[in-house]
Amino acid sequence: MNLNRDLPRRLAGVAGAVGLILSACSGTPAASSGAASAAATASSPGASASTAAAASHAPCGTVNLAVNPWVGYEANAAVVGYVLQHELGCTVVKKNIDEQTSWQGFPTGEVDAILENWGHDDLVKKYITTDKTAQDAGLTGNEGVIGWFIPKFFADANPDILTAKTDPKILNKYADQFKTSESGGKGQILDGDPSFVTQDQAMINGFGLNFKVVYSGSEAASNKAIQSAIDQKKPILAYYYTPNWFSSKVDLVHIEFPPYTPGCDKDSTKIACDYPPYHLNKIVSTKFATGGSPAYDVIKNFKWTNEDQDAVAADITDGGMSDDAAAKKWLDANPDKWKAWLPNG
Amino acid sequence: MTAIGVAFRSRTEIAPSRGVLLAGLAAAAAVLYLVFQGTSPLEHRDDAPLFLTLNGVRDWVDANRTVNPIFLYVLGPIRTGIEWLDDALTFAFAHVNWLTLTAIAGALGLALVTWRTALLVVGSLLVIGLFGLWTETTQTLVLIGNAVALSLLLGIPLGVLAGRSDRFYRAVTPVLDFMQIMPTFAYLAPLTLIFLIGPPAAVIATLIYAMPPAIRITALGIRGVPATTVEAATSLGATDRQVLRKVQLPMARGTIGLAVNQTIMMALSIIVVAALINAPGLGESIIVAIEKLKVGAAVQAGIAIVLLATILDRLTASASGSGDSRIGRKPRSPARRRTILLASAGIALAGVIAGTVLGATAAFPSDWSISFTRPIDDITRWIEINFNPVTDAVKNAVSAWLLDPLQTVLTTAPWWLVVAAAAGIAAIVSGRRAALTVAASLVLIVLLQVWQHAMETLTMVIVAVALTMVVGITLGVWGARSRIVSGILRPINDAAQTLPSFVYLVPAVALFGATRFTAILAAVIYAAPAVIRLVEDGVRGVSPTAIEAATAAGASGMQTIFKVQLPMARRSILVAVNQGVVLVLAMVVIGGLVGAQALGFDVVSGFSQHSFFGRGMAAAIGIVLLGVMLDRITQGAGQRRPIRGVVGRLGVGLNTNRGIREAA
Repeated sequence: MNLNRDLPRRLAGVAGAVGLILSACSGTPAASSGAASAAATASSPGASASTAAAASHAPCGTVNLAVNPWVGYEANAAVVGYVLQHELGCTVVKKNIDEQTSWQGFPTGEVDAILENWGHDDLVKKYITTDKTAQDAGLTGNEGVIGWFIPKFFADANPDILTAKTDPKILNKYADQFKTSESGGKGQILDGDPSFVTQDQAMINGFGLNFKVVYSGSEAASNKAIQSAIDQKKPILAYYYTPNWFSSKVDLVHIEFPPYTPGCDKDSTKIACDYPPYHLNKIVSTKFATGGSPAYDVIKNFKWTNEDQDAVAADITDGGMSDDAAAKKWLDANPDKWKAWLPNG
Repeated sequence: MTAIGVAFRSRTEIAPSRGVLLAGLAAAAAVLYLVFQGTSPLEHRDDAPLFLTLNGVRDWVDANRTVNPIFLYVLGPIRTGIEWLDDALTFAFAHVNWLTLTAIAGALGLALVTWRTALLVVGSLLVIGLFGLWTETTQTLVLIGNAVALSLLLGIPLGVLAGRSDRFYRAVTPVLDFMQIMPTFAYLAPLTLIFLIGPPAAVIATLIYAMPPAIRITALGIRGVPATTVEAATSLGATDRQVLRKVQLPMARGTIGLAVNQTIMMALSIIVVAALINAPGLGESIIVAIEKLKVGAAVQAGIAIVLLATILDRLTASASGSGDSRIGRKPRSPARRRTILLASAGIALAGVIAGTVLGATAAFPSDWSISFTRPIDDITRWIEINFNPVTDAVKNAVSAWLLDPLQTVLTTAPWWLVVAAAAGIAAIVSGRRAALTVAASLVLIVLLQVWQHAMETLTMVIVAVALTMVVGITLGVWGARSRIVSGILRPINDAAQTLPSFVYLVPAVALFGATRFTAILAAVIYAAPAVIRLVEDGVRGVSPTAIEAATAAGASGMQTIFKVQLPMARRSILVAVNQGVVLVLAMVVIGGLVGAQALGFDVVSGFSQHSFFGRGMAAAIGIVLLGVMLDRITQGAGQRRPIRGVVGRLGVGLNTNRGIREAA
């Protein structure tokens, strides 16, 4: 695939104070006290091994986590960072940077791990295949969907637009309604940040649609434009994706196109199929992976679901919680999930 | 004497044929356009060969960073050195508790300015603390502290050199122009490539932007020392060195103080952009809030930046003896001075003791807080929902009647016609040399393979400058004629110039969509204050006798404005156009974040997408070339160069007015 599989965006950093939070293994939610260990042992055999490991593994040192600018990622970093810091006694340094810059940090040691990677075939090729300065650390368990979305009220009023799965050209019937001041007489598909993975122009070419791609330029601008259109009950067609912290605030419907099949996006200028499903993964620097840090095991083992991520992300955004508070809330509620991430032996 | 006064007097008769020439040029261009429209289009291609070449350069740097001697022995140590500075300052701030810091700042205010300033400083710091932004504010202080220190360390000696050597001055001016027109966003990508992410890259980005005024104003200060004084010193046998140390530097002290002040203001104005490469602080707070669409939190962080700017402005402006507060104030008597110094020292000491005894933490106590985020969020949502129908109609009208036609003409006209027309305008307005520069800039844009996007951006810039001038002239004239209006405009101007534009981008998108218009609006808000001030100053500078004469001759209010005040202030209005162009250009890239497409978007995407690095660099240089072109076209109509150096570039801080006054 010659598209740049990367979704996320730049426009932001994350979480307030990026502190170097030093912490010994004390006063943590579980693990460190004998009583807690015993309880954990009783409830889950996996946890006993990991609790023992927490006491015996090699010292952790400093872990540099890239935090890419979207809230779902922030949730991953919050939870993983909390576990590293409180269970392994790592010094966690979170760096609020975009994806591109994160990958650049692997060879220099500025970045040890990326916790939610959306494809990025070009970067995978450069840093993993060619330079071997980074490596894949497994899936996060989150499934990403990218596609074209419309407000629900519009789909309800015009149900035949959803037949695009078999008849993509049906969109041309509505091109006029999606026209804006920026789309030069055609229908507008509002794309997001420039670093998002997009094949929208190629799909327009492939399906023969009378549409024009207009870039909002940032995730924030896209979200606001969609919210505003829904407020005003105006049609809008937008490039959108899940998991996405904002999706609970806007009632959107995914317009499906003929499904992705391997190779259908071979010609990057003309694609007549939908986006592939994304299996989000983690990337770590080779130095970090081979350096013997127990933190690497946690990152490699880290795995959860879209619901888990959405819950933490919602606490951070709507709940106004700090990253640490949101992480602690989830960790307290799901001990068996995170204990499986701890290094064994 | 004011700059405007100089400009006004030096204005010689314009050849009456200038208007005729321009009309003729327009007619000829129109005819040629109709004949050749669409014949030699330079359509945009994302895979232009030049972009790929630039990508190659980037890959080379990436591959050689750890082996090339330049990286190992020059750039590496620079990075380490700045990192060390950053650590040292961070350490210092982490060990001064908030009570002590506030007391010291207040004592400085009292010692350097007045008790009123001291109260303002202390009050502002407390508000920042109550907003829960204390830690972020100290992080910002570390960043700009480093950047400003380095800017001055390099900038003042360079400025002195430029002040004493004409040749150096001429050589350095285009470099400074380049540094200031180049959008900050554009050099983030190469900077992180070379200096990696984090504070060093952020400090250097800030330095690139903040150092030019330090050089320019220092040079101006040295040049402002009367030649007769220097001659007198020389004839008395002073050496070159003595002339500098005993005559030029002391006499330029006030102006150099202004350089310090302006450097700080410039540094503060880009902290939000610096946050994009992991610089912590208030800029990051804004970025984080915007990402979550929390306008209230962004506004609050924005207010903290405005307060911080006010504090630093008052302290440094007065310290340099050039502050407003000193104007018309009698020098303090020695006895009184001693009392004030003692009182200041007492306050500072009391703060240190209180902070230590009470065991105050470095950060402001988190259980004392006030927050306006809720009401601000609610109000903006209400405005967003209820004003949208009107704002949408305005946006559509401007797009359909102004933007679209102009964009169509510029993008479908053959490139050679655009080059010829622009050079023609430059020749008529600013002379032959300017025409050459203009033509060269446009041809370079062609070679950069960003022509189509450059023309789209040019369309937005022209419309934004036009709207800025309408707003600026209306409010400027009104302010000049009414003290009340002027009093109301001042704080609004200050806020509009200091409040980072990111703060109002989100509601702007809700009201106007992710469109070119939103970008234009942001540019107008950013550029209008400086224009309002210049126009106001210019109109106020019109001699009262001329107005009296007009009134006596029976002219109505409107007639006085249009027949006397505006024509006589014409010079400063033209300066304002030049200033407006430069400021609007600075917002082009920010516009790329809210749907403006074209060059601004290309720069944004070059920063965030590996494969678009080359296109982003080409677009960034394209913006600089557009800037040079527009600057040269408008500068001939405006004032002379040395003054322009200051007026033209300083509209960012709180001090445009004072900057102009001082510089002149």
